Amino acid sequence: MSAIPVSDFEQPWELPSRGRIGMLSLIIGESAIFTIFVVAYIFYIGRSVSGPTPQQVLDIPILNTICLLSSSVTIWLSERQIERGNMRAFAALWALTMGLGIEFIIGTWLEWKKLIFVDGLTIRTNLFGTTFYSLVGLHATHVVVGLIMLTFVLIFTLTGRLNHAHAERVEVLALYWHFVDAVWVVVFTVVYIVGR
Amino acid sequence: MADQTLPIAGTLGVTPQRSRSSRLLAWLHEWVITVDHKKLGILYISYSLIFLLVAGAEAICIRIQLAMPNNHFLSPEVFNRLFTMHGTTMVFLVGMPILFGFANYLVPLMIGARDMAFPRLNAFSFWLTAFGGLLLYYSFLGGFGLYGMGNAPDVAWFAYAPLTEKAFSPGHSTDYWALALIVSGFGTLGTAINIIATTLSMRCRGMTLLRMPLFVWLMLVVSAMTLVTITPLTAAQAMLVIDRYLGGHFFDTQAGGSAVAWAHFFWIFGHPEVYILVLPAFAIENEIVPVFSRKGIFGYPAMVAASVGIGFVSMGVWAHHMFTIGLTSVGNTFFVLSTMLVGIPTGIKIFNWLATMWGGRIRFASPMLFATAFIFQFLIAGLTGIMLSVAPWDWQLHNSYFLIAHFHYVLVGAIVFNVFAAIYYWYPKATGRMLDEKLAKWHFWLFVLGFHITFDTMHFVGFMGMPRQIYTYLPDRGWGPLNLVISIGGFIQAIAVLIFVYNLVHSYFRGKEAGNDPWDAWTLEWSTPSPPPVYNFATDPVVYSRRPLWDLKHPEDPDWKYES
Repeated sequence: MSAIPVSDFEQPWELPSRGRIGMLSLIIGESAIFTIFVVAYIFYIGRSVSGPTPQQVLDIPILNTICLLSSSVTIWLSERQIERGNMRAFAALWALTMGLGIEFIIGTWLEWKKLIFVDGLTIRTNLFGTTFYSLVGLHATHVVVGLIMLTFVLIFTLTGRLNHAHAERVEVLALYWHFVDAVWVVVFTVVYIVGR
Repeated sequence: MADQTLPIAGTLGVTPQRSRSSRLLAWLHEWVITVDHKKLGILYISYSLIFLLVAGAEAICIRIQLAMPNNHFLSPEVFNRLFTMHGTTMVFLVGMPILFGFANYLVPLMIGARDMAFPRLNAFSFWLTAFGGLLLYYSFLGGFGLYGMGNAPDVAWFAYAPLTEKAFSPGHSTDYWALALIVSGFGTLGTAINIIATTLSMRCRGMTLLRMPLFVWLMLVVSAMTLVTITPLTAAQAMLVIDRYLGGHFFDTQAGGSAVAWAHFFWIFGHPEVYILVLPAFAIENEIVPVFSRKGIFGYPAMVAASVGIGFVSMGVWAHHMFTIGLTSVGNTFFVLSTMLVGIPTGIKIFNWLATMWGGRIRFASPMLFATAFIFQFLIAGLTGIMLSVAPWDWQLHNSYFLIAHFHYVLVGAIVFNVFAAIYYWYPKATGRMLDEKLAKWHFWLFVLGFHITFDTMHFVGFMGMPRQIYTYLPDRGWGPLNLVISIGGFIQAIAVLIFVYNLVHSYFRGKEAGNDPWDAWTLEWSTPSPPPVYNFATDPVVYSRRPLWDLKHPEDPDWKYES
């Protein structure tokens, strides 16, 4: 290459992080899955030919919602700690995030236990049961997957294998957690407010 | 590296000679554990070519059955299984993997990267896809199920509810269908994520978005579409599995569920899917037409804009598959207009390819032959598409052989033709040997002939009222002679494909040495040796224009002088 446009060398060559792009792509794809389930839920509201109906059996899970949404805040605070290399504070906030997530799963478990054994609503009882357990179950599955990944990070932190050099990877994982929380806002609105 | 001499004499030959069988095992092992994007690309493409032959054989069986009225070559049950498997295989096990195979092989090379963004995810995606395909075909053995009803899915490739519900499809064949598509869908999603991350984050210095080869641009659009298109299918399949295994009621009309919901969910996937398949064919066209016309692509920014435009518009046209199910008149109008809108960006593309060829010094080597036939056939496919987009016309001809002719014109006339073009074009890069040009010409002319005999004629039996998916028909319908012609065309295509397969094998051993750049092309993959080394580029390339190799070959008149 004899003659080269000089201007090209002066500009720095920076590209977006592949981890971030990959996770954002995954989130877009996951959003489409949730969209279909949410649309199905809305489409089938009030179409069950037999009971029980949402009005009869659903209670608004306020504590669950508060816990899950605040876990987004704690994970954000922990991201700031790992950027500064403050691993103790990071581990504490990370464990708190996990605790809030676990509370959400326990809350869902108690809710389902009541629905199944007290109200007699299972996935095959009626259309409401089918759409309810699929949508809320799909979201809960995502929370569980998120918790498993958070556990790995906590183990690596406690064994001292994680440091501030891994901040970006932790932030990519946190993106997923934020997504799971954001989906809950939609699921909560559709299932417990619009559909009830 | 093979061309370097070792500094110490006599160090070669230290490795003990292995026996023949262990060398074979080592070779297999290498392919199974590979994370190299080129090897995975070749795996994808070979996997799809094998299934192309399988699904082609299924099509031939269907054509023998339909060649004459009152024919009983197949039983009705087997006929249903064969057209279901033919459709499902061609879309999910041939179309998607072969195009992602090309993307895998070429995208990193074209953007000057050493591998994909996530090589291990790449390998994982391939093996998921491969497992999905095996799962689908295992249904021939395992689909018998508890009830002894049926083997292999027989619900057609769009599997309308409530036929797929447990009550109407007992046994496991439909489960294999649903699970296979879920599994390969995750594989596809992984590849799409990988291609997006690779294109956005792995470009070499100077490769700005508007200098990327159009192939890479189109693959980026395809992958972005895949993210929001394959996932609704996965969701719908999950609902179907919930219905079948857990007793859910999503598509159970007796419990308030809706069969139309399945149709919507399926076509929300199904229509963009057509564009996911055809955009890579455009991508191949974008690389081949300029090189064989000896001109740069005409209207690069318009091509990029048109591709992104197609991506967006294609998301809003799905219900044109459902005019006969019954929509409101507002719904009909919306989907008629949105479907016609797709004609604008695709028209831009056709005119740009023609303008690229206009005044060029065209070389009709085998890739260009297929690429030229593509333009004609895709134009006709587009025109019949516009005809079918008009709802009243669709009410007459929906699910007739006119529709079958239309979409085979797209899938074979456009996509398969360009897959062949791509193989002729990049085979020398992947293997280091040219494909035999004489056999290629035989392949091309026989395939064009067979294609037109089959699919042109199919439009007319459609006009005569022959519906799709029927097992046989009575002689007094008058469809017999034309169906015989269609079947003969099918056999001619089969012969052409066998010549092609022979050419692939023959040229691998006996083909002419290709060298780095047999076509005098301009994109980065031709700057590497053929086949490229594992690391692709010894030093990271730097590019200054859309045609980096043109700049290298013509330092006195480089492209970057003219590009802003």
